[in-house]
Amino acid sequence: MDLTPIFKARSLAVIGVSLTNNRHPANVIHAKNHLRSRVKVYPVNPRGGRLNGDRVYENISDIAAPVDLAVIAVRADMVPQTLADCAKSGVKGAIIISGGFAEAGRIDLQDEIVRIAREADLPFIGPNCLGMLAPGYVDTMFLPPERMIRPQRGNVALVSQSGGIIVDQIIKLDAEGVGIAAAVSIGNKAFIREIELLNYLDQREDVGVIVFYLEGFEKGEGRRFVEAAQKAATPVVVIKSGRSEAGSRAVSSHTASLAGDYRTFSSIMAQHGILEPKDELQLVAAVEALSRYNLCIDRNIGIITGSGGHGAMAVDACAQSGLETPQLSEKTRNIILESVSPSVRGIAAVTNPVDLTGSAVDEDFVAAAKALIEDDDIHCVMLLLLPYLPGITSDLGARMSYLAQAAQKPMIAYVPLLEKYRMLIEGFELNGVPVSSSIEGAVMMAQALRRSQPCSLWR
Amino acid sequence: MLPVEIKSILEKRAKDGWVPEHEAKAILKIAGVPLPSSAFAATRQQAMEKAAQIGFPVAAKVVSVKIVHKSDVGGVAINIKDKKALEDVWERFEKLEAFEGMVIDAMTPGLELFLGARDDEQFGPVVILGLGGTAVEIYQDIAIRMAPLEKDDVLSMIRELKGAQLITGYRGKPSVNLDALAKAVTAFSRLAMDMAGAFSSMDINPLMATPDGCAAVDARIIL
Repeated sequence: MDLTPIFKARSLAVIGVSLTNNRHPANVIHAKNHLRSRVKVYPVNPRGGRLNGDRVYENISDIAAPVDLAVIAVRADMVPQTLADCAKSGVKGAIIISGGFAEAGRIDLQDEIVRIAREADLPFIGPNCLGMLAPGYVDTMFLPPERMIRPQRGNVALVSQSGGIIVDQIIKLDAEGVGIAAAVSIGNKAFIREIELLNYLDQREDVGVIVFYLEGFEKGEGRRFVEAAQKAATPVVVIKSGRSEAGSRAVSSHTASLAGDYRTFSSIMAQHGILEPKDELQLVAAVEALSRYNLCIDRNIGIITGSGGHGAMAVDACAQSGLETPQLSEKTRNIILESVSPSVRGIAAVTNPVDLTGSAVDEDFVAAAKALIEDDDIHCVMLLLLPYLPGITSDLGARMSYLAQAAQKPMIAYVPLLEKYRMLIEGFELNGVPVSSSIEGAVMMAQALRRSQPCSLWR
Repeated sequence: MLPVEIKSILEKRAKDGWVPEHEAKAILKIAGVPLPSSAFAATRQQAMEKAAQIGFPVAAKVVSVKIVHKSDVGGVAINIKDKKALEDVWERFEKLEAFEGMVIDAMTPGLELFLGARDDEQFGPVVILGLGGTAVEIYQDIAIRMAPLEKDDVLSMIRELKGAQLITGYRGKPSVNLDALAKAVTAFSRLAMDMAGAFSSMDINPLMATPDGCAAVDARIIL
């Protein structure tokens, strides 16, 4: 099953546009792709006519050119015939936005469209979904563009049963400078489910991390999902809804009462190196870190700071997250002492954290970072930068990032979020170093790099 | 593939909905989970002979399909010192509902662990390792993994426990035998895989662990 024609569609039919109501979801989808993206768009409505000056096709079969993707937004009882028409016309994939299937008790109708799709080998997403957004290719989410941000293209893929959640995540990631490769709302996931998307997205070169918002699996599907995720080369992040224990399990055995559904789920994710953030802060931090680095780290963090207080807070946060801040070797300490400015040498505390003090200048941070990058006992370098210190310039972000790029060791920065620090922050972010606006967030990023490997490897 | 002996026990107990201790232990033994020296006695005469073979002191536990939680009905006796004491226990057990006999175990010292498995709807067989044995539900100090497990998985489960040092040693107390423990847990996890679809949950409680090895002192399987 090739999902490329869906995610990288070159031609799009929007079936069910209204000739009278421009707020109809199909019209929104037509308008936002028509003349705005590279995809060729064809509106379809049995009554024909014209929409925004374009011919409305009465049936998908009337479109002479090949159609990669059909978005279907017609009444539920019309969907089987529409899907069959798509299959006959050689459409390669579909997104069924229409509701009124299993979620409304019409399991029969849902089974029917699955049967049609299977016979025709026509993969579809949905039904009852918000659609799919692939910046640079196609946008089938029926959200008017003026009500949404225009997310930048990036390497994060989002998959969610809930459409609302996915829109939220796009906005929050975008605020951190993290772009989207594809975001897809799978609704009732009648045909294409999480595992198919995992396998497809994993083999895409332009996807660096895959995020799933999960509500539930079918019988045995959880096992197949974690096995596929562990085999995948792309890191996988999941958020689980419904974590509270529902229902009263028969407590005839200790095992049954001890290993509740969510606890079991959470443990199995960790076992397979699937990250499971517990809240939104952790999620954004983890996704940002994994979108920059596809490498797992051991537990030792080397911290460089210009403020003792920030250093102490970072050490505490590391300790609470299962990370360590080991003492630096004699060799590394000497290298730092020899390479920092004479004015800093006498007052800096060269321990871990390396506190360069408020007198430090860019060169001192560069010198300390070089030393920690060279130290094999340090697995990740964390910078706590306070740009209100007089010796720090806006160039430091880019300078540090070049060091990190040359090294095979992740670097993570904390910079307070102030508009006037934008160039410093972007010096990091646009050069591939993740930045958090909180110390806790920076530590969560390091923790994510450690936990994106099976827990049997956490030492 | 499930060995024929295990299959026949499961078939025989299907109507009861669970497998009592002595048969659950027979299954564990086939799977390679170590047991204390133990014997089942259906008659008073057998009980005296088996206890003498195992050597006093012994522990005795009632066997009855009607009794899932043995200690709740006075169906467990430990530290039985001699034949006279065992006679008393036999008389007490005999009066319990649907009495079939008793299991006689060598008294096993060590650290009380809990080892369980559950056939999960979404993930299939999962294994639970915990501290506290019969008090496991009080401590809630457990680690869960999807079966089957390798030795590294078992070691990571131990690390995950808050009381990990009780297992790995602290303040001069030696570690339990981690190789033996890992072997027992991995064997148990393979059994859970082989039994997928044929059980609901299995408890080994307690699993006694010492610097020398470990042994499943009590066990039951819910079908």
